Amino acid sequence: MPVETSCGIEGCIRAVKTDNPDEMVLNLGPQHPSTHGVARLVIRLKGERAEQIEPVIGYLHRGYEKMAENRTYIQFIPLTDRLDYLSAITNNMVYCMAVEEVMGLEVPERAEYIRVIMLELQRLASHLVFFSSFGADLGAWTVLMYGFRERERIIDLLEMVTGARLTYNYIRFGGVRDDLPEGFIEKCSRTMEILPDYFKSYEEYAYENEVFMDRCRGVGVVSAEDAINLGLTGPNLRASGVPYDIRKIDPYSIYDRLKFKVCTDKAGDTLARFKMRIDEMYESVKIVQQCLDEIPEGEIRAKVPKVLKPPAGEAYSRVESPRGELGMYLISDGKSQSPYRLRIRSPAFCNLSGFPATAEGEYIPDVIANFASIDIVLGDVDR
Amino acid sequence: MAVITEIMANPVARGLVGVLVVVAFISLNVLFLTWMERKVVARVQVRYGPNRAGPFGLLQPVADTVKLLTKEDIIPKAADRLLFTLAPAVAFTVAVLPAITIPLTKGLIVTDLNVGILYVIAVSSLATIPVIMAAWGSNNKYSLLGGMRAVAQSLSYEIPLVLSVVGVIALTGSLSMVRIVEAQKDTWFILLQPLGFAVFYLAAIAEMGRIPFDMPESESELVAGFHTEYTGMKFALLLFAEYIHMVVATALIVVLFLGGWNLPFITLPPILQAAVFMVKMYIVIFILMWTRGTLPRIKINVMTAIGWKFLIPLALANIFITGILLAW
Repeated sequence: MPVETSCGIEGCIRAVKTDNPDEMVLNLGPQHPSTHGVARLVIRLKGERAEQIEPVIGYLHRGYEKMAENRTYIQFIPLTDRLDYLSAITNNMVYCMAVEEVMGLEVPERAEYIRVIMLELQRLASHLVFFSSFGADLGAWTVLMYGFRERERIIDLLEMVTGARLTYNYIRFGGVRDDLPEGFIEKCSRTMEILPDYFKSYEEYAYENEVFMDRCRGVGVVSAEDAINLGLTGPNLRASGVPYDIRKIDPYSIYDRLKFKVCTDKAGDTLARFKMRIDEMYESVKIVQQCLDEIPEGEIRAKVPKVLKPPAGEAYSRVESPRGELGMYLISDGKSQSPYRLRIRSPAFCNLSGFPATAEGEYIPDVIANFASIDIVLGDVDR
Repeated sequence: MAVITEIMANPVARGLVGVLVVVAFISLNVLFLTWMERKVVARVQVRYGPNRAGPFGLLQPVADTVKLLTKEDIIPKAADRLLFTLAPAVAFTVAVLPAITIPLTKGLIVTDLNVGILYVIAVSSLATIPVIMAAWGSNNKYSLLGGMRAVAQSLSYEIPLVLSVVGVIALTGSLSMVRIVEAQKDTWFILLQPLGFAVFYLAAIAEMGRIPFDMPESESELVAGFHTEYTGMKFALLLFAEYIHMVVATALIVVLFLGGWNLPFITLPPILQAAVFMVKMYIVIFILMWTRGTLPRIKINVMTAIGWKFLIPLALANIFITGILLAW
């Protein structure tokens, strides 16, 4: 009996079809407990084995690239918050970097430090969400609660500076919106002292738990060569042993002055991808501590005209977002107050497009674990 | 008093009263368990759990029941109406059946069958049937996968479950539940049969379908497994049946390995004996809930592998060792 999925996008369903009575087409998402928002996977199943996987995207497409062309430069900053909603600051940053490059703005020293502190706090918050949702996808709901408990501390810090908890709208052209509030440095350094202990308890929970290890070890193995060819980026790429981190390779802001190491792992499996995030959280804590120690006094924003009309030109800026290489390509025609064209290169999209190749032929539980480990955010995939 | 004795002498009347008492008793326990589960898991997860309805949120189960009763009862268009409607009822009935031979104390038992343990095992393996009915009747792919998993799980764990009981039966020389408990007056079988207990405990968790063996439901993979399509009271009944499985299985663990109503070296009055039994049962249940708060779910292929490659050989070894020691 041929099995078809009756609803959905025509093109995709045509791609995943079966006449084999031993197989069936399973539609996973966009409403499903483990699809992290509105991801949709159409899977051709043989028993419990996924023979073919086809991601369907676009459920969260809001047309931000086009919207940028109809907004003034400054009006687009709050919209970048909603691209990758788990790392809003990173999106602010990459957009502002592109505009700054076109305008040739110099960012004051103190602003750069504040930016890096916020970026790394954001990375911590984002990786903690990864940790939580990864646990939940494996069926360990307790992990979800623990991860969010620590994330709350970070969110409190971010709220202290920006006044918001998710969409911060904080970084401005040539600097940041507000200076650090009184007492922030003390509170932040206290939190940074406590956090590594929590990370250790996460590691204990994960690495000493036979069931957890069994779910992750050897699942969705990607070799270094495959990872590069599939276009994986960020922690997923580094988990395969490629030490590619924009913060080291093409240092922006003040990352060239900071001491931190690029975490890599050779295994390339789900466990390695999980490990990358935990290891990176330790490094992020170190970076924040260095910045807190060295932060100078001074201006927090360069002198920028009220009405922004950048000269004609183009710029590509890229940063290491918690999910990988996030880039924006900006063209200014020099005549209008809005970008002529803005192109967003999102890391989650690249990771998702590489996913089917790594997951085909696995059992459903492995597909779920693997899917959770690539840590996609649908706002970032669909833009 | 005399009237009561007269009525109870009639087997039909005794049966009816027994059923009423058992269902009421188990239902009360289950209502309490739903509250306890949420409270225990919440505590493991640094939350408070239900604390609004009544003292300590104890009335939460009542509120939940009212909510489920008032929900719309949806039957999917493509579902097999008969199977779909029948499955929750069958699940509930089959789950209650084994309870009639479980002795709280020597007197507090509906009927002490002389094939007691055999009956319990036979009836509890029927529990797969309503799951398959629900899975197939829903006409939903997730339900179907959940049902398949339930069967695979049942097949792999029924055998070690039965085999691990053989040691206990050999030691007692009887299949009657009361006799089994009486044989543990001084030494509980957990001491004489540690291997048998371990196998039985693991297999029982798998039979109950609880984390880490909750494959038939596996929320993050199959949405809700075989009861994906169920709403309202039908869903409540399926959930109820699962908790009843938990009550029955833990009661079995207490009867078979933890000495039933006995405390070592002391003879208690019957009412305290029943209390001892309940306390032991709730300790086991607490450990189950604690496990649920701690472990992720294991993979389906690993789960069957554990059943066939690990538990069955262990159970057989246990029989072998018990046999040798008894013949000694």
